[in-house]
Amino acid sequence: MTRITDIGPPHYEKFLHPLIQRNYGHWLYHETLAPGVLCHVAESGERIFTVRAGSPRLLSVATIRRIADLADKYSGGYLRFTSRHNIEFLLDDASNIEPLKRALNEAGFPVGGTNNSISNVVHTQGWIHCHSAATDASGIVKALMDELHPHFTREDLPAKLRVAVACCVNMCGAVHCSDIAILGIHRKPPQIRHDALRKGCEIPTLIASCPTGAIRPAVVDGKRTVDVIEEQCMYCSNCFTVCAAMQMNDPENDGLSIWVGGKVSNARSEPKFSKLAIPFLPNNPPRWPEVVAAVANIVDVYAHHARRFERLGEWTERVGWPRFFELTGIPFTRYHIDDFRYAGLSYARSTHLRLRP
Amino acid sequence: MPEHQPQPTPLLDELETGPWPSFVTEIKRAAENNPASADLLGLLERSYQDRKGHWKHGGIVGVRGYGSGVIGRYNDVPDEFPNVAQFHTLRVNHPSGWFYTSDALRTLADIWERHGSGLTNLHGATGDIILLGTRTDELEATFQELAAAGFDLGGSGSAMRTPSCCVGQARCEWACFDTMKFCNDLTQAYQDEMHRPPFPYKFKVKASGCPNDCVAAIARADLSIIGIWKDDIRQDDAAVAEYAASGLDIARDVCARCPGQCMEWTGAHLTIDNRDCKRCMHCINAMPKALRPGVERGAAILIGAKAPIVQGALLSSVLVPFVPEAEIETTVRELLSRIWEFWDEYGKNRERIGELIQRVGMAAFLDGIGLDPRPEMVAFPRDNPFVFFQKEDVK
Repeated sequence: MTRITDIGPPHYEKFLHPLIQRNYGHWLYHETLAPGVLCHVAESGERIFTVRAGSPRLLSVATIRRIADLADKYSGGYLRFTSRHNIEFLLDDASNIEPLKRALNEAGFPVGGTNNSISNVVHTQGWIHCHSAATDASGIVKALMDELHPHFTREDLPAKLRVAVACCVNMCGAVHCSDIAILGIHRKPPQIRHDALRKGCEIPTLIASCPTGAIRPAVVDGKRTVDVIEEQCMYCSNCFTVCAAMQMNDPENDGLSIWVGGKVSNARSEPKFSKLAIPFLPNNPPRWPEVVAAVANIVDVYAHHARRFERLGEWTERVGWPRFFELTGIPFTRYHIDDFRYAGLSYARSTHLRLRP
Repeated sequence: MPEHQPQPTPLLDELETGPWPSFVTEIKRAAENNPASADLLGLLERSYQDRKGHWKHGGIVGVRGYGSGVIGRYNDVPDEFPNVAQFHTLRVNHPSGWFYTSDALRTLADIWERHGSGLTNLHGATGDIILLGTRTDELEATFQELAAAGFDLGGSGSAMRTPSCCVGQARCEWACFDTMKFCNDLTQAYQDEMHRPPFPYKFKVKASGCPNDCVAAIARADLSIIGIWKDDIRQDDAAVAEYAASGLDIARDVCARCPGQCMEWTGAHLTIDNRDCKRCMHCINAMPKALRPGVERGAAILIGAKAPIVQGALLSSVLVPFVPEAEIETTVRELLSRIWEFWDEYGKNRERIGELIQRVGMAAFLDGIGLDPRPEMVAFPRDNPFVFFQKEDVK
């Protein structure tokens, strides 16, 4: 038999609901019928109903079959997933919406995640599958969404609020442009295992991997290896990615940082990076209470103070960062002032100061 | 297969309470008839106890003829958790827009039950279907069954990664081009670059149908294709009046939020000075029944986004302000060949294209790929006077 290679994915057309095929490229407008329920109206007058449900992203084949069964029963077998790991059932019959919502709730999938809600949390593999994780990701998401769950099922925030978790600065979850981002961090330079380094790593590649030039050649016990200029290391783990002998994991010192005010959409203001809110919180499984409390506090403050349609970063820009720190009660520290490349661009270079007597 | 006695997992069990669906429950479900998932649960409990990961560095594993698509994983306590001594993950090209039928999902589930842990991610951060964890000797068989079912592997390492796109014209009135066709065509066109890593580092392409950018192309893709329109916003005055009547404060919540300051609401009529419209989408998002993107549609092409590793995070910046809908795919493919040639020539190992542009300068990059500079490419012209003049411009 000829070996099949390089065929790419199946063509999406065969997975499209017939109503979608008929109206492809000819949609007129949409309405939100309830949190998690959208209705898209085509130029032809036909309507497709979307019921969106949150998932843990990590799914067993048993659960996938359960989702498939729900699709067969309520949406003709047609469904899709969103870029934030939500499941969307696509229905041509509005009378199936309520029964599907009930079935999803019974199966443990919350319905929501649309418009001014906290949608599902984009996140990384963490301790489930990653070699460079400074923390777990799924566990933090679960603990956090147990707390923030009402903001998923209701559209009760000033604007959408996008939360992401990345278990190290590689940021497979692209947390760098989220309204609220939780980031696993290391705080100490790598521990070098010289024996393993000699066996498994190319020294020139290792030296070149360091963005700050902190790694230099050295001789230990008469053998060629490297050392690290500790004050130059910013714990990025890039060296560990090219050489497993540069151990970064450190249960005592690894932890989480919280970043806020980023966005991806071009709506109103330009896309922007998330900014540091909390430089360090302890890595405290299984439910990370410090992280959950810190994020819930930021969400509450934002929900109470931002204006309609104002994303978290747009609100902080309007009222100023001093007000953000004042309202959230988060201490402002030396770590909040950038000291890496282009740091000066983040200094306040005007007398636009919101002073109060 | 020997009966597998589940080990106690008191820490993970705490993550089975509460209203949000639990990944621990998912692992336990798979563990009922899969020893690898049972050991994964034990190993994860160990990580929760000692607060560190137990996965070792990759190692090269894969399927015949491919240099990517499989992420090698080994644990560092294999004697205690032998069923996940090898726990490699396959990345699988997802169908554009993440559309499935129930049968397609069942096909994937059946294959993965036969050959792996029975655990997946739907989906991974780049967009692939993630088949989470199997042994080296299962990889080729899994791959062949996937191929027979019409699926193929995605990218990993210094390769083209599986492109991703928003739902586009399949279910969105705002999509200014056919993102799903574009994404599928590109995924098919670059199978070789995806499966046999040819680059200095990874390369991601993402396509969003409008500036709302639902796949975060501007933050996450080396080449970001974002739908946009050239002509006037289409306006339905009767529907505008309906929004006003239903309580939307058009002056405060729409006009005052317009970044182009190009909208005026008299209390009875909305006027838009489209010359100053930044195509931000806010007014359209706020009144989807009343306002729509124009009809002269296409896309902006931006370049260089990435997460922080190695030199710091970057957002994509404008490379081509507007390409008409019909020319997007050919333009992108032509650009890609020139960009990759430049990157191949000048890029350092593990240097993303955005970092290379930062290092050599946008002007040198534009020279290299044969594009003329345009004012849309910068937020403002340079404000530093140290200009490197070209030899041919001075006597």
